[in-house]
Amino acid sequence: MTFTRRETLAVGGAALAVAALPAKLMASTSDLIAGVTGGAAASADGIELTAPEIAENGNTVPVAVSAPGAVAITMLAGGNPTPGVAKFTFGPGSAEQSASTRIRLAGTQDVIAIAEMADGSFAAVHKTVKVTIGGCGG
Amino acid sequence: MISRRDFLQVSMAASALYGASGFGNWGRLAAQQRLTQDDLLNFDTFGNVTLIHVTDIHAQMKPIYFREPEINLGVGEARGQMPHITGADFRRAYGIADGSPSHYALTYNDFSALAGTYGRVGGLDRVATVINAIRADRPDALLLDGGDTWHGSYTCYHTEGQDMVNVMNALNPDAMTFHWEFTLGSERVQEIVENLPFAALGQNIFDAEWDEPTDLFPPYKMFERGGTKIAVIGQAFPYMPIANPGWMFPEYSFGIRDERMQEMVDEVRDMGAEVVVVLSHNGFDVDKKMASRVSGIDVILSGHTHDALPEPVLVNETIIVASGSNGKFVSRVDLDVRDGRMMGFKHKLIPIFSDVITPDAQVAALIDEQRAPYINELTEVIGQSESLLYRRGNFNGSWDDLICQALIEEREADIAMSPGVRWGPSILPGQDITREDIWNVTSMTYGKAYRTEMTGEFIHVILEDVADNLFNVDPYYQQGGDMVRIGGMGYRIDINQPQGSRISELTLLKTGERIDPAKNYVVAGWASVNEGTEGPQIWDVVEDYIRKQGTVSVAPNNSVKVVGT
Repeated sequence: MTFTRRETLAVGGAALAVAALPAKLMASTSDLIAGVTGGAAASADGIELTAPEIAENGNTVPVAVSAPGAVAITMLAGGNPTPGVAKFTFGPGSAEQSASTRIRLAGTQDVIAIAEMADGSFAAVHKTVKVTIGGCGG
Repeated sequence: MISRRDFLQVSMAASALYGASGFGNWGRLAAQQRLTQDDLLNFDTFGNVTLIHVTDIHAQMKPIYFREPEINLGVGEARGQMPHITGADFRRAYGIADGSPSHYALTYNDFSALAGTYGRVGGLDRVATVINAIRADRPDALLLDGGDTWHGSYTCYHTEGQDMVNVMNALNPDAMTFHWEFTLGSERVQEIVENLPFAALGQNIFDAEWDEPTDLFPPYKMFERGGTKIAVIGQAFPYMPIANPGWMFPEYSFGIRDERMQEMVDEVRDMGAEVVVVLSHNGFDVDKKMASRVSGIDVILSGHTHDALPEPVLVNETIIVASGSNGKFVSRVDLDVRDGRMMGFKHKLIPIFSDVITPDAQVAALIDEQRAPYINELTEVIGQSESLLYRRGNFNGSWDDLICQALIEEREADIAMSPGVRWGPSILPGQDITREDIWNVTSMTYGKAYRTEMTGEFIHVILEDVADNLFNVDPYYQQGGDMVRIGGMGYRIDINQPQGSRISELTLLKTGERIDPAKNYVVAGWASVNEGTEGPQIWDVVEDYIRKQGTVSVAPNNSVKVVGT
């Protein structure tokens, strides 16, 4: 029988893992953070990123970020062909500096959030979100 | 106020006490050939709260044989730690005598011979007797079901879980959490849960569309027992839409969500909970990590990975209790709760030796009532086995070797794949294989056996992906199953490598040639999580194969070379 892409998906394997970029082609997480901070060091404190450890659906992954006191938060998907996801900016009237959205991930990769604080300092956090074939739970 | 140091001493004292008076005795009693129900149930009631834990019953209402794993490897921090110790090393760690009932119940060695001596295990009518005995000691004990209850048998499939609902309701549980239940489909799950006479809990069961908690599955329930306020928080299997077909329950989202677990613990403490119990279907290593990240949990009743441990594992001030699977064990945990906190515990993992424990007559009749409409189909003998058929083990088991052989023969395939699930009882050499036995290791709502072509590269990708679900060093990235079982192909696995580098030397067994990444191979398998999978049901494929063979025998499988253990 012939084997179409549609059937591949129906066999027990989302082809997502196959489509994952080889690691060497991905910009490193630290390079991506440096690209936003302009090379300035970023604190690991003061920013929280909520994302699933393993995506239920790589096409729509819920993520949330919170950084009290931030004027802007940039979110990146390090392994996507275009890593930029969103930049949230917060005016002085913002009640809280947090945001949530859903993003599409091409494969297992780091999701990164970088907050720019009012004093010009940065805080950054990243979390690996795995995109998997699955299908063998006990 | 008790300090952490004092707490540990209290805990260890309780463990040692139980170790001396309860568990250690079985070996001696067995040597004297007088294992009795009283010995199994003997327990000096302790403290002021009693928890009874059953989990991962997989619809096994009747006594069965169940061989524990020979290979159950841990990686990273879990390497060489419980529950990743098996066989003689496991017996030595707990002071279990060779040839004793505990040897038979908890380890794999000499399984067929010891099964002849000690007989079958489990049976919900025996479980009922144990629960009733504990309730006689402590009438307000909490009975908590860790899930994987409404799945795994012929009758469960044909009644869409109703047989198990009826029998479990007769045991009168106080709360339950979930995993395979959702493979009944969300509509059926909702229908059952709406009428459940006990709490259906899951702090991590969310509405998928809005990513917010559901009304049907509250996060916790508060109980008051003997003047003590007990919070039970539910934690369903985190990776249901990934490990099982998400299209069957698209309205729900899960995940570990340990930040919310912390919020729930804080919330119930604020409401006056003196002891916090998590009824979990995380799997043991995930529970260990969660206990290290979430503070304020006293007891985790752990399910999913089917481990049976005769003592709880302590992580900081949280005890983690593992109660086995398939109805083979009941855990009793007595807690001393004073001044708003847990001061100590006493625990016993009670093996359900079916020939030793008297069945509860009422529940036995109820079980037979569920089976009566199907009894002819259930008991039809399809063939016989010359070999011990078992499933558990990280890489292969003889049941899956037989299933893979059936797939290759009946579906004319080069390679067969069988999912690395951990449920399914064992068959002894010389035993008849009935239709019920085949369903006990294959029954599911997505059991169609596909036949397709895959490139060598794609087969490799599948193996790497599943291996990472098992051997990722971070337990939060593990899904709790075993490795996909492969028929017709061998491979080498280095469990300590990262994803993409673990699997090598893929070899087609019938030619002895290496798998060519670019070439297509005919692959037969079952339990695809994808919608629209076509093919005959796996239980029909296996039944046809066994019927043709008459008597089956499975040669030892040496086709997976494991390194890094």
